[in-house]
This record gives sequence, structure tokens and C-alpha cells, in this order.
Amino acid sequence: MNPLAGTVADRVGLLILLPLIGFVVNGVVAFARPKAKGVATAVGVGSVAVVFALAAGIFGKMIGVQTDVPFIKPLWAWIPAGDLRIEFALQLDRLSIVMALVVTGVGSLIHVFSVGYMAEDPGYARYFAYLNLFIAFMLTLVLGASFPVLFIGWEGVGLCSYLLIGFWFTDEEKARAGLKAFLVNRIGDAGFLVAMFMLWKHLGTLNFVGVDASAPRLLAAGGSTVTIIALLLFLGCTGKSAQIPLYIWLPDAMAGPTPVSALIHAATMVTAGVFLVARAGVLFALAPTAQVVVAGIGALTALFAATIGLKQWDIKKVLAYSTVSQLGYMFIGVGTGAYAAGIFHLMTHAFFKALLFLGAGSVIHAMHGAYHHTHSHADAQDMRNMGGLKQFMPTTYRTMFVAFLAIAGIFPLAGFFSKDEILGAAFNRGSVAPFWYLVWLLGTVAAFITAVYMTRLMLYTFEGPNRTGDAERPHLHETPAVMTVPLVVLAVLTALGGIINLPGKWAASGWLERWLDPVTRQADAVTHLQAHLSSGGEFGLMTLALAIAIAGIWYARAKLHPEALVPADRAPAEHGFAKLLLEKYRVDELYQAAIVRPLVAVSRGVLWKGIDVGLIDSAGVNGSAVVARTLGWMGTRLQSGNLGTYVVLFVIGALAVLGALIR
Amino acid sequence: MLLSQSLGLSAVLFTLGVAGVLLRRNAIVIFMCVELMLNAVNLTFVALSRQLGFDGQVFVFFVMTVAAAEAAVGLAIIIALYRHHDTVNLDNINLLRG
Repeated sequence: MNPLAGTVADRVGLLILLPLIGFVVNGVVAFARPKAKGVATAVGVGSVAVVFALAAGIFGKMIGVQTDVPFIKPLWAWIPAGDLRIEFALQLDRLSIVMALVVTGVGSLIHVFSVGYMAEDPGYARYFAYLNLFIAFMLTLVLGASFPVLFIGWEGVGLCSYLLIGFWFTDEEKARAGLKAFLVNRIGDAGFLVAMFMLWKHLGTLNFVGVDASAPRLLAAGGSTVTIIALLLFLGCTGKSAQIPLYIWLPDAMAGPTPVSALIHAATMVTAGVFLVARAGVLFALAPTAQVVVAGIGALTALFAATIGLKQWDIKKVLAYSTVSQLGYMFIGVGTGAYAAGIFHLMTHAFFKALLFLGAGSVIHAMHGAYHHTHSHADAQDMRNMGGLKQFMPTTYRTMFVAFLAIAGIFPLAGFFSKDEILGAAFNRGSVAPFWYLVWLLGTVAAFITAVYMTRLMLYTFEGPNRTGDAERPHLHETPAVMTVPLVVLAVLTALGGIINLPGKWAASGWLERWLDPVTRQADAVTHLQAHLSSGGEFGLMTLALAIAIAGIWYARAKLHPEALVPADRAPAEHGFAKLLLEKYRVDELYQAAIVRPLVAVSRGVLWKGIDVGLIDSAGVNGSAVVARTLGWMGTRLQSGNLGTYVVLFVIGALAVLGALIR
Repeated sequence: MLLSQSLGLSAVLFTLGVAGVLLRRNAIVIFMCVELMLNAVNLTFVALSRQLGFDGQVFVFFVMTVAAAEAAVGLAIIIALYRHHDTVNLDNINLLRG
């Protein structure tokens, strides 16, 4: 008997049901009364806030009791098909409740922020309907007790992502961005599906509990089967969590409203891949090759995306590449086998990146408002049009500054501890195989670049002279409290988030790691990681990380001069490497030439003109019609209408029958 | 002896009827040839009934009755055809051609 049975944990289904009800109500409101903003706000924000309270209640219950064994809540038999019996079951364990708290907590704050950000939008109710649907699917993803249930959430959040990226669908570019996100994710999802098929074939179960128990017995450690399964799962992660080679959709996803970028494309959905690797930790632990791939891709992505972030002018694009880069760090963590460190960075990143995006949203809101007053069509997201905003928006500036210090890795903010934990774990594993030193090195270089591009963002946005325009300047002002209060709350979380997993040997240190231990224990048993670095080594790495962060900030401040910037419409063209970075290494163009165009050409030339028109239409559909008509025409020739012919045939027939009878 | 001669005559009449139906084009002549075939059969019945009892003669009455009815209907159809086509030549009557 699980100690959680019969407690508030039995109501775990409500976590998904309430946002789903919110979606339905807001969907009806969107159709029937699009102007009823009061209802949409109450239902949209209220449902998520209640769900957060419920999740916090369950968490409070879990702290008090023994929760080594996951609490499974079966809701109904979902797919009963022969041997395959999949229940729609939810799983409460220490990992899923942490994720649920992050999703609903950050989600609530972003819902509140959206009330201010979307206040003037005609699609207000529709927006909250989508946002609630997203929360419902995201909770399905983190609470699902088996791969198929997780997959429902996985696909559902992808759908919401598509809907919200293309929220302003009358702008074709934004609609296309949504489509791109959806299609790129399909590639990864195909990998996820095949991985599930293989799991079913080899293990005969798809429950997390069942897979964790049977995988070490039935799958050879380091064998090709488990490696392929893990790599296919990771292919799904590269799609959802925007890693090389499928990261290209995330920067374009910034076409959606900024709170969406904060919630879906920074704090929660894109971290689903990290969560999946942690969830399937046993499988990855059994496949060291896959772990190398995960950490290697993570490290490459962290560095690659960070360099692109150096030269972007769109404030949201900088943050988007920063997100891709930070997700790379998380994959270094879970790839190394340091699942707690990966999840820790996932949490702190959810705080500081949501804060950065909401801060950027606040800036864009103010810029947009100013340009709206003068009917100017200048770009409200281009940093060259900003500058000096700290005097106009002090709260936004101060809160974003906290997030900036956190992501740059300054002691003692959340990002410092989590990033350091990940790099420390990779360094620690370097004593087993030198490859992990390389991962650590790439991550450390990326940390330097992170500090540089974030300093650049803060310098160009908030410091120096204002470049918005003389007519617009008087209209620049701080955003309303409904938007700044979530910023302040997130700033507090960003500043203090590190305490949940402090390094060192005190009683308070490593709380998250100990909390997640029952979840990661099995995977750790397979990996046989050395427990920890020595205190001296740990301290040395931390000092180095801090030095690198400070060096990055110092370097950026020394090299970049916001005074020299000119507004976007008067800016000179870039040259050389800077141009290549601005054009994002031309990866989109490469994919376009290498994959999209050949695919379209083959689809058009062979599949459409050749197979569909040539084979199926001509030979199949029209061909069978021609055969039937020819046979029919041959039959009509017998009907001459000439009575004499009929009689002759009749007599011949009668004689034949007669002859047959008397023979 | 009378039997074989009767049957022979009957066969000749029937063949004449079939040949007429096959070869002639005038609807009235064909109709008459059909009657000829019926009567050839009647002759067979009557001839055989001398040896096999009265059943054959009873059949002949039925055939004659049906033939009378058929003559009425058939002639009516031919008249209708003539009124419609101004001819009873079957070569010109081929409305059912496919």
C-alpha cells in the first residue's frame, strides 16, 4: 500500500482536468464572447493557480511520507488490444512532482504576466484557451506513468506550441514559423515512436516502472538494442528540446507572443527532452555510447548556439539562441548521468530564462506602445532601436539584471550553482574517459560566450543613449504592475533558487540531489559513477567558473560600445565572420538546399507527377475504368436489335441444349 | 405405318416453320410460321395419342387455346408495330439495339 494512497495525491487527475476545463470554457468564450476578458482572465489564470496550489499540496504531503516507490494512479484502460494493455495512468514520484511544480508555478506567473501583455489583443480568450491547453498537456507529459501517456502530452504540447507560435496567423511569416516548428518536431517524434515500438518488442512493457525493472535484465548493457532505443529517444529530444541538428525551429518560434516564448519555448516544453532522458535514465545508463552522443550533442549545441547569440539584433532571438545553448547544458548533465544536476539546471533555467523573456516582453511592450503612439513602423524588438531603457523601466531593468547575473554564472545566483554542477559532473567523469574533459571544455567556453552575449544584450538594451526616436521617447514608460509583479517574483526565485541544491558537505547542501535519489538510484547503479569530486576540486572548478563569467562580462563591457550604435534602419551591413553569425551560420539555407528542396523536387517530380498521376491515376483509377468500359462495349455488340439474329442464336442455343440432353 | 408417316409430316412441317422464322423478314409470315410449328407439334401429339392414350389429345386442346390467345395478342402487336413504323419488315424494327 503506497503511503500516498487515500491522500490528496488521489486527486492527481485534477491537475490535468482543471486546465482542460479552462481550455474548454475559454474556447467557448473565444467563439461566443471574444470581448469577455473578465471571464477569460478568471478562468485562464484561476485554473492554473488552483492547479499550482494542488501540486504544492501534493508536494507537501510527499515530503512527510516515504516516497521511494512511485505512486501510480490508474484512471482508465486506454488501449486494451491483445497483449498490449495500456492504462491511462499517472505517476507521482519525486521527479514528476518537481516538474509539475515548475510547470504550474512558472506557468501561473506567466499567465498573470499575459493578462497585461495581451490586454489589447482581440484574440485574448483564444490565447488563454491555448495556454490552458498547454498546461494540461504539459502536466500529462510530466505525470504520465508510461511512454505512450507521456507521448500524448509530448504531442499535445507540440500542438499548443504550433498554435501559439502562429497565434497571429494573419501574418504569413508567423504562420510559417508555426508550421516549421511542427514539421521539424515530426522528425524527432518519429524516432520516439520507433523507440517505443522497440521497447514493447524487447521488454513487453511500456510503463516506466516496468521498463526500469526489466531493462537491466533483458537488455545487454552497451548492446546495440538498448543503444538504438536510447538514440531514437534522444532523436525525439533533439526535436522537442531544440538540439543539433533539429534546433532550427526554436529561434523562429519567437514569432509567437513573448509570454509564450517564456512559458513554452524557454521554461517548460523545450525542457521535456531533458525530462525524458532523466525519466528513461536506466536505458541511457545501459547505453554508454548513447550517453556520449547526448552529452556531445549537448556540448556542441551549447557552444554553437551561444556563438550565434553573439550577433543577433532581435532581443528575442538572442534569448532564443541562449535557450538552445542552455538546453545543451542540461543535456550535458543528463548525458553525463548527473540527472539531478540536469533537472536542477532545468529548474533554475526555468526561473531565470522565464524572467529574461518576460523582461524582454516588458521591454517590447513598452517599445511597441511608444511606436504605436507615433504610428511608426520601426522594429520594437531590435536592440539597435532601444538603449538607455533603464531610466524608463527601472523595475524591468533590475529584475532582468538579476537574471543576467544568474545566466552569466555569478555567485551566488541560481544559474551559477546549476551550471557549475553540470560542468563539474562532466569533469568528474573525465577521469574515466578523456572525452568528458572535452565536453567540460566546450561547456566552459560556452559559459564565457554566454556571459559575453548576455552582457551585450543588457548593454544595448538598457545602457547608453536611447535610440528609440525623439518623437517616441516621451511615450516610453514602465509596464503595469500585473506585468512587473511576476518579474519580481521570478527575480526572487532566480536569486534564491540555488539553495535547493547547494554544493559542499553541509546539511542543507544537495537537497534536490537527495530528493531525486530514489528516481535516479537505478540508473546510477548501472553507471557506477564516482560519487563526487573532492571538495578541493569542486572549489577549484567553481572559482574557475566564476572567473570565466567575470572575464566574459568584463570583455564584453570593454569591447562593446552602445554609444556607437545607430538605429536599425541606418545600421551599416555586417562583414566577414560577424555576417556569418548574423545569418546563423546559414544552417537554414543549408537544410533548405540539402533536404527541403530535394524533398520537394522528389515529391513533385516522382511522387506526384510519376506515381500519383502516372501510376495510381492513369493505371489504377482510369485504367480499371477503361477495362470495364471496353468489356461493356463488347457486350453491347451482341445487342444488334435485329430479331433475326436473336432467333438464329436462340435456335442454335436450343439445338445445343437439345443435343446435350439426348447425347 | 400411319404413325411414322404422321411423325415424318410433323417433322417436315416443324422444320418449315423454323426455317420460315429464321429466314423470312415479314412479321406476319414469321407469325404464321410460329403457328405452323405449333400445329406440327399438335400433329405429333395426336399421332402418338393413338398408342399412348388420350393425354396427348388433351394437350392439343390446351395448345390450340393458347395459340388462339397468342394469335389475338400477336396480331394486335403487329398492328401496333405497323401503325408505328408503317412497315412490318423486321429489318427496320431494331429499337432494342445496344
